[in-house]
Amino acid sequence: MSGRGAAGRRGDDVRSDLFVSVELTDSGGRRIALESKVAAFYGRTIQEQIVLALDAYRVEHAVVRVEDQGGLPFVIAARLEAALRRTGLEAVDDARPARTVPADPPSARDRLRRSRLYLPGNEPKFMLNAGLHRPDGVILDLEDSVHPSEKDAARLLVRNALRCVEFHGAERMVRINQLPMGFEDLDAVVPEEPELILVPKTEQPEQIRMVHERILEIQQPLGSEKTIWLMPILETALGIEHAFAVATAAESVAALTIGIEDYTADLGVTKTPEGAESLYARMRVVNAARAAGVLPIDSVFGDVGDMDGLAAWAARSRGLGFEGMGCIHPRQISVIHSAFAPRPDEIAKALKIVAAFEEAQARGLAVVSLGSRMVDLPVVLRAQRLVRTARRAGLVPDTNEGGAQV
Amino acid sequence: MSGPVELVRNTIGRRVPTIVNGREQVPFQGVDTYRPEGMKHGPPIRSCRDYSPNGDKRVPDLRTALERCGLRDGMVISTHHHFRNGDRVALMALQTAADMGVKDLMWFPSASFPCHEPVIGLMDRGVVHHIEGSMNGPLGEYCSRGKMRGMGVLRSHGGRWQAVQDGEVKIDIAVIAAPSADPFGNCDGSHGPSACGSLGFALADSLYADRVIVVTDNLVPFPCVPWQIQGNNVDCVVVVDSVGDPSKIVSGTTQITRSPDRLLIAEYVARFLADAGIMRDGFSFQAGAGGIALAFVQFLKDLMQQAGVRARFVRGGSTQYLVQLLQDGLTDYILDGQTFDLAGVQSIASDPRHVATSPFTSYNFHGKGNFASMVDATVLGATEVDVDFNANVVTHSDGMLLHGIGGWQNCLTAGCTILALPSVRDRIPVIVDEVTTMTGPGELIDVVVTERGIAVNPRREDLLTALRGSDLPVRPIEELKEELEMMLGGPPAKPAPTDDPVAIVKWVDGTVLDTVWRVE
Repeated sequence: MSGRGAAGRRGDDVRSDLFVSVELTDSGGRRIALESKVAAFYGRTIQEQIVLALDAYRVEHAVVRVEDQGGLPFVIAARLEAALRRTGLEAVDDARPARTVPADPPSARDRLRRSRLYLPGNEPKFMLNAGLHRPDGVILDLEDSVHPSEKDAARLLVRNALRCVEFHGAERMVRINQLPMGFEDLDAVVPEEPELILVPKTEQPEQIRMVHERILEIQQPLGSEKTIWLMPILETALGIEHAFAVATAAESVAALTIGIEDYTADLGVTKTPEGAESLYARMRVVNAARAAGVLPIDSVFGDVGDMDGLAAWAARSRGLGFEGMGCIHPRQISVIHSAFAPRPDEIAKALKIVAAFEEAQARGLAVVSLGSRMVDLPVVLRAQRLVRTARRAGLVPDTNEGGAQV
Repeated sequence: MSGPVELVRNTIGRRVPTIVNGREQVPFQGVDTYRPEGMKHGPPIRSCRDYSPNGDKRVPDLRTALERCGLRDGMVISTHHHFRNGDRVALMALQTAADMGVKDLMWFPSASFPCHEPVIGLMDRGVVHHIEGSMNGPLGEYCSRGKMRGMGVLRSHGGRWQAVQDGEVKIDIAVIAAPSADPFGNCDGSHGPSACGSLGFALADSLYADRVIVVTDNLVPFPCVPWQIQGNNVDCVVVVDSVGDPSKIVSGTTQITRSPDRLLIAEYVARFLADAGIMRDGFSFQAGAGGIALAFVQFLKDLMQQAGVRARFVRGGSTQYLVQLLQDGLTDYILDGQTFDLAGVQSIASDPRHVATSPFTSYNFHGKGNFASMVDATVLGATEVDVDFNANVVTHSDGMLLHGIGGWQNCLTAGCTILALPSVRDRIPVIVDEVTTMTGPGELIDVVVTERGIAVNPRREDLLTALRGSDLPVRPIEELKEELEMMLGGPPAKPAPTDDPVAIVKWVDGTVLDTVWRVE
């Protein structure tokens, strides 16, 4: 056997990551050279991890070099495995690190999805604390933020992160690559049961059906029954034209979103801060999502330094009917949450309407009135939705139940 | 290090040497236990007859000044860190001493910086025997490796004043670098091409040293107004081309951190002060120039504006952010210990509400009170904190000297002492079972704020009560420690220290709190 494989990153600017190289040899046993910034504190446990990985791949003779800049165990395991696989070997035993966080239950189809924080799938240092910033969701991204040559390594890192990183209640989403590469991503991550898969560059309902079926195929032999939701991303003119068909392509579609950067490029127009050029597409997404009974979710706001611009964008976005948007920096989260939160006066009014409706129901009246005004049924529906959203965001105490449904 | 050293355990169980650099030491006895006796140190009485009646104390160069001041082997020579990493005067003085063939000096800086690395060469050549003062970077490593002939003595800013005032350290010659001075020796830091703000760290030296030399690159005709150092304490004035590199003396701007985790910590600190009821009309706080401290001020400013609350005074480390508070009417005064950026320097030079302080007014423990204990809340950093809230600021987790104490120990007496720190550095947890080097006793540390949660010292039931109903993530410190260890793959192995002391950490009352051991 003589293969070489290397993975990870090296250099002074690297944090929370490591570089691993493996050279398979015919004799000489395992020669391990470990350099670690934290050798005095974790040198022995890193050595143990190296031995475990070599065991799992049945490697008896090899030269292994590790240059560690403080990688956590799940990162070390991912880099070791990536390097071993790049030698051409396959694992004999399960080389996955032991789960240190319990698998989350499935999320509700219409859970609060105001913010979803993008995390580059091959960059461990952002993963660890992402949940502390309390986004509604985190996206472990295997697509655009990962270099084509690093897709295999990123898949292992994301897989391990799903087993070992505490995201503090954020919905765990994975953005896979376009099909067919996306199938390999699904093979790696679906067994770890993320709550949601983002499907990029969706143009046809068939793509969503294929993803949906592949997930079921992977889950079946594992006995996994967790519903993994889908959020198709429409990023082209054709995708926008198929918005409703995409949103209804599988029962696991829970939300529909738009990628404005690619969409405006497809139209050949310039993206502006006001977003007039994408207004039609965004309204089309809102309309199709509502028609299909799924959540309409907006794109990201790209200027992380411009919090006022973000607040204005998010306020307009909510005004158009979106329920949330993407974040590329944790500091955007609270701005987005306040923008998408119902205002106190809206909540107060909606609570009054819901109460009036319930009172009318209790008294067997068909007509709902508030003071001297009659309240139409659609107004009641909107008020109920607003109260639900406000309650999930913690803006209405749970004791104040808006029980009866229209 | 030379010769075996006798070690005893102080009241907190730390092994400390009984004699350091030939001087007998008092082991730490507990917070507020040790009581000093005797008289303050006094310099020799001088007479006007020995100084020119026209007030001109200028001499041609530093060598002449050092000769006039009687520099000889084994003396204590002090300098100050107002010019931070841009300082040229300390090296100028020590190098001149080397040129004069002097040996075995004790260098007594108020702090050392990376620019002072050449002192290593002077120690190797025997010019400098040892340093009593903060050591970090290459100097810290030199000391940690046991290469220094004497033992390092780490003191807080207030502890340095105390040591000088109490005669624990007798300064033979103080060399004070001044951004502006007159021929009589009056000097000040707020004006001139090398303006640096307050010269407070040099004040004790000017009062208690046997001889005082002022070095300036900006001589003004008498009187130099305002003067923070009185020429009546000064022996000689030396004019040089440049006292330092202005770009490294103050930064043009001090930067708020961009790290989302550090910003989260800063936000938690600000919200803590609001939710705990500390942020109220007429309150006071102290914040330094670290990234988290700067960001905290910005978050607090928003909360103060929303609540319509105004501070009576803030203490710094002044920066543009504190200056902004002053200008926006959110504080009545800035009491400034050292000035970190150009906005701070301009403000202290022009705004009478921005007042220069010294370690005497702010920090000295052997006086009739000090400002630090009158501050409602202070926000500090640390390299480690343990489950009993004891903290370490001087060494890295592997025992290597990392930072000086600065005003850190002195600030612990604030009404509410908050340590704001990221919970992990390169996989090394900040919350540990036992700190490597004790720098601050846990009974004085009230709150630890990390991005993973806020731990309140159980001694502060009042704070815990005040926080009921707050949605801040308040959690027991043990729980934070366990969460970190779970995440990091177990508790870190603890490198065993050697038995050779290389430095001691003094408490604010001059007793010995802990020992820094040689690192292999």
